[in-house]
Amino acid sequence: MNYQAPTTLKDAVTLMQGDTGNCRILAGGTDLLVRLRSEMEEPDTVIDIKRIAELDEIAEEGGGWRIGAAVSGVRMAEHAALVAAWPGVVEAMNLIGSTQIQSRATMAGNLCNASPAADSVPAMVAAEAVARVVGPDGARDVPVAEIPTGPGRTSLARDELIASIFLPAPQTRAADAYLRFIPRTEMDIAVAGCGVWLALDAAGTCTAARVAVGAVGPTVRLVEDAGAALVGSKLEPDALDALAEACSAAATPIDDKRGTAAYRVHVAGVLARRAAVIAAKRAGDTT
Amino acid sequence: MSSIHVTTTLNGDPAEFLCEAEETLLDVLRDRLGHTGAKEGCGTGDCGACSVVVDGRLVCACLMLGAEAAGRSIETVEGMAEGDKLHPLQRKFLDHAALQCGICTPGLLVAAKSLLEREPDPDEEQVRYWLAGNLCRCTGYDKIIRAVLDAAAEMREAS
Repeated sequence: MNYQAPTTLKDAVTLMQGDTGNCRILAGGTDLLVRLRSEMEEPDTVIDIKRIAELDEIAEEGGGWRIGAAVSGVRMAEHAALVAAWPGVVEAMNLIGSTQIQSRATMAGNLCNASPAADSVPAMVAAEAVARVVGPDGARDVPVAEIPTGPGRTSLARDELIASIFLPAPQTRAADAYLRFIPRTEMDIAVAGCGVWLALDAAGTCTAARVAVGAVGPTVRLVEDAGAALVGSKLEPDALDALAEACSAAATPIDDKRGTAAYRVHVAGVLARRAAVIAAKRAGDTT
Repeated sequence: MSSIHVTTTLNGDPAEFLCEAEETLLDVLRDRLGHTGAKEGCGTGDCGACSVVVDGRLVCACLMLGAEAAGRSIETVEGMAEGDKLHPLQRKFLDHAALQCGICTPGLLVAAKSLLEREPDPDEEQVRYWLAGNLCRCTGYDKIIRAVLDAAAEMREAS
């Protein structure tokens, strides 16, 4: 194996382009090093992107936030303005692993690892986050929802990498939230997860909502019916019931050691209901 | 592929080593630099027995390549005591019998020190969450938590 630590994005792309073997990007390494050790992955080249300054920052852009692909979870948690703008995305990222993992794991890495149970991804999809994909032909912006194509698979070409993730400017009276279910209180992988973003008008009526579910299908899924169930409501019991039903209907999970399919279908709805209430409370608090 | 030459800082002192690209920081610490305090429990970032601090951040040494250490500052359990004088956390772990087999202890000490540097007065819940990535199969954790809280109280008095 060959280890490379370029200091510019251009050099990283050139390295990827010139590599004829199996080349892997190393950001936090919390997934890649486990795969190296178990020999599930034997890359010819590993490209460490943490020495690329522009990938290692959280930058404001038109009122939104661009999060570099090398930025760890703890640095997102320590960024007060980012937490205020996108509390759901940050809480989703911070649910991943231990203190030690948070020091290293990145949101772009969580996305590229393409686990159906990735915690940050439903929150990013609900937030309409956009990944900046860089390759030999330059940069293209891709909605986060279009990056994972199945368990462990992404839509990235072999010589492309994600340089950053952009979270749009927050709106007034709007907020997000993420909840997942795990059988213990810490350090586990989601049995089901749900990210909700919603906006309210001055009277507290929901004017727009986006709901995404995780760990209940091969990829994270935006549930349009679930968002529609909230619009026009003040999150009354009927609206929350419709939201939960839409999320359960959109769930196509498998049975595995973490939970049965039937249980996941039910819990996806329960989590959506609770996350929506949290997001609405936060949205009201922003006024 | 030829070995990689890495210069770094280990417990405040300059250090250098040669390693292969596949070697983790934990491999390097233990097999090349003779610092065997960090232990390999799982090798997959689940148990925290290899916890070290890199540039002020608590990490699992098994989830970082040795080559990544270039120019970084690494702190391990070997840097906690000052000569024969134990760090208050080390003393309180002994006083509270917060260890049995000892495999998890270096990682827990490094992790607890990293917590107290950020939060000198944590409550029990904060300690338990911070240390959730450090597994101990012997003690049942209560003695560890009491030792950390007691050390924190002593360190606050001393400061």
